Amino acid sequence: MRSLTYAEAIREALKEEMENDNRVFVMGEDVGKFGGCFGVTGNLWELFGEERVRDTPISETAIIGASVGAAATGMRPVPEIMFADFLTVCMDQLVNQAAKIRYMFGGKAKIPMTVRVPVGAGLSAAAQHSQSLEAWFTHVPGLKVVMPSTPSDAKGLLKAAIRDDNPTMFFEHKILYSIKGEIPDDLDIIPLGKADIKREGKDVTVVATSLMVYKALEAAEQLEKEGISVEVVDPRTLFPLDEDTILESVKKTHKAVIVHEACVRGGFGGEIAAVITEKAFDYLDAPIKRVGALNVPIPFNGKLENYVIPGTEDIIKAVKAVTE
Amino acid sequence: MELSKEQLIEMYKKMVQIRKFEERVVKLFADGKIPGFVHLYIGEEAIAVGACSAIEPKDYITSTHRGHGHLIAKGGKIDLMMAEILGKATGYCKGKGGSMHIADVDLGILGANGIVGGGFTIAAGAGLSAKMRGTDQVTLCFFGDGASNQTTFHEGINMASIWNLPVVFICENNQYGISLHQSRHQRVADVSDRAVAYGIPGVTVDGNDVVAVYEAVNEAVKRARNGEGPTLIECKTYRHRGHFEGDPVVYRSENEFNEWLKKDPIPRFEEKLTEMGVLSKKEVDEINEWAVKIIDEAVEFALNSPEPELESAVRDVYTDIIEEVRK
Ligand SMILES: Cc1ncc(C[n+]2csc(CCOP(=O)(O)OP(=O)(O)O)c2C)c(N)n1
Ligand SMILES: [Mg+2]
Repeated sequence: MRSLTYAEAIREALKEEMENDNRVFVMGEDVGKFGGCFGVTGNLWELFGEERVRDTPISETAIIGASVGAAATGMRPVPEIMFADFLTVCMDQLVNQAAKIRYMFGGKAKIPMTVRVPVGAGLSAAAQHSQSLEAWFTHVPGLKVVMPSTPSDAKGLLKAAIRDDNPTMFFEHKILYSIKGEIPDDLDIIPLGKADIKREGKDVTVVATSLMVYKALEAAEQLEKEGISVEVVDPRTLFPLDEDTILESVKKTHKAVIVHEACVRGGFGGEIAAVITEKAFDYLDAPIKRVGALNVPIPFNGKLENYVIPGTEDIIKAVKAVTE
Repeated sequence: MELSKEQLIEMYKKMVQIRKFEERVVKLFADGKIPGFVHLYIGEEAIAVGACSAIEPKDYITSTHRGHGHLIAKGGKIDLMMAEILGKATGYCKGKGGSMHIADVDLGILGANGIVGGGFTIAAGAGLSAKMRGTDQVTLCFFGDGASNQTTFHEGINMASIWNLPVVFICENNQYGISLHQSRHQRVADVSDRAVAYGIPGVTVDGNDVVAVYEAVNEAVKRARNGEGPTLIECKTYRHRGHFEGDPVVYRSENEFNEWLKKDPIPRFEEKLTEMGVLSKKEVDEINEWAVKIIDEAVEFALNSPEPELESAVRDVYTDIIEEVRK
């Protein structure tokens, strides 16, 4: 097995899909020779040229809008929005155009595009460069939402997203770009809508997304020493959501903690909690706990930032609260 | 020229102050004292100073991610800026904003902005407000060449033009949006050509000539105060540093860089002032020493300032609700 960083795994997925299908192309700000703000597109520009690795003006509305137009007419664009925070600039194109065209046209069009977006805090990048806005997009029928935590998940899911015929939001965590992980030799696509159990356990289910998967695993490690066995479930895609894997786990452990980096209020944790209470209420031995950022914008100062976003300690506390 | 000797000296002092401030930020960043991203203004000082010399304290500015120069030129306090850039409790934003979000609303500084193109519509709104409140306040909206391709450029300038709002849109054309040269992000060579689309005057000036910038902005401010509406001014310039500190700057040539270094606005103005007899060599040196001393004090203040208390993170979200702290 080979080891790749999360960024390299994403680049490899892009490269393979571009080799497989010449309708696939990348566009975004500084994705060309510069190689992307976080270095993700890297050498793709050298490999495929500026037609298929297109530098765009600073025009998020046009990046997404033109992707919609290109996708509707036979291409398979993979636009990059430099920071999730800038999705606000092109929200209309995503919500009113990309997501709804197929439905409004009575199924007579498809929009096969994958929007790659870095999310998350941890770089002291302050309130307009640190948000995790994934929950917004789960609230828009017509969009699929993917949020991988490991290099191999990122690679397999990105390939699946690019081959998918629907507009898909693909959220990459900035802090994860440099982490390394093994890539199985036979890794092809990982289907959207399949959760992954990142650690098996029997006392508590912790459903965690993206970077929080690692914090949940750390928490599980520490709790193990105290005799609490934690199962860590990574949904990997928020829509379609693999409810079965989450529910099966909860039916086994009878307790659930949900962790994401986004602030708690209105976060995707609320949706998962609702699914569990609707479909496995009788199995629960304790109220569900949600762990997320405080309900504030992300502050600049690193200590404040750390305080605001959830950490391993917060997960441990929540697990203890449901097991007590 | 209508600028008095005192005004010229004041302009020179501001430019030097910005340069010294930014040079210190370079060093502090390299020393690992500054978290996050910093975008420096070195090489572009003539624009902020020329423009802000044409307005009054009651007037407004909107700034950008590359905002330190605008803030200093509009009278921002150097010690509070430095403390903010270091994330301290005593900083302009109590450590919550950082370099990209410094603001001083009392001084008419409506904030640096982390969103490229964020200022156009806010400036139009400030202009609308001045008009509705019946004041003669003018708003200067600073933005980059790259920002001129955002939807807000069109929407903000169009609105300001149809309603004759007192706003001056000032493009700092340093020819790059991060790595992308202007010729690869827009077809026009002069951003000011776009003024035609809004039926407003558009002018291009040498952005490394502080007096030229002053004159153009002064003219536009007069028009704005007279109710004659907005102007689009493009200032051609160049940033000496990378897009952000840490940028390897692989996208431009050594040659291009060296050519622009020769047009550095500060030595140019210095030469002009000494030739005119406005400043002696000795006075130039004194001003430079004075500027360094002020920065030294600001850095001292910032480094000795406390970190914010953790629980301050939940304050200032609303005027009337304080969010729950972590238990
Ligand atoms: C909406 C949005 N898109 C992209 C960015 C990332 N970004 C920050 S600065 C910048 C380049 C801006 O270029 P320009 O407007 O010319 O200003 P300059 O940096 O040259 O002063 C970009 C793309 C951003 N901050 N906001
Ligand atoms: Mg620029």
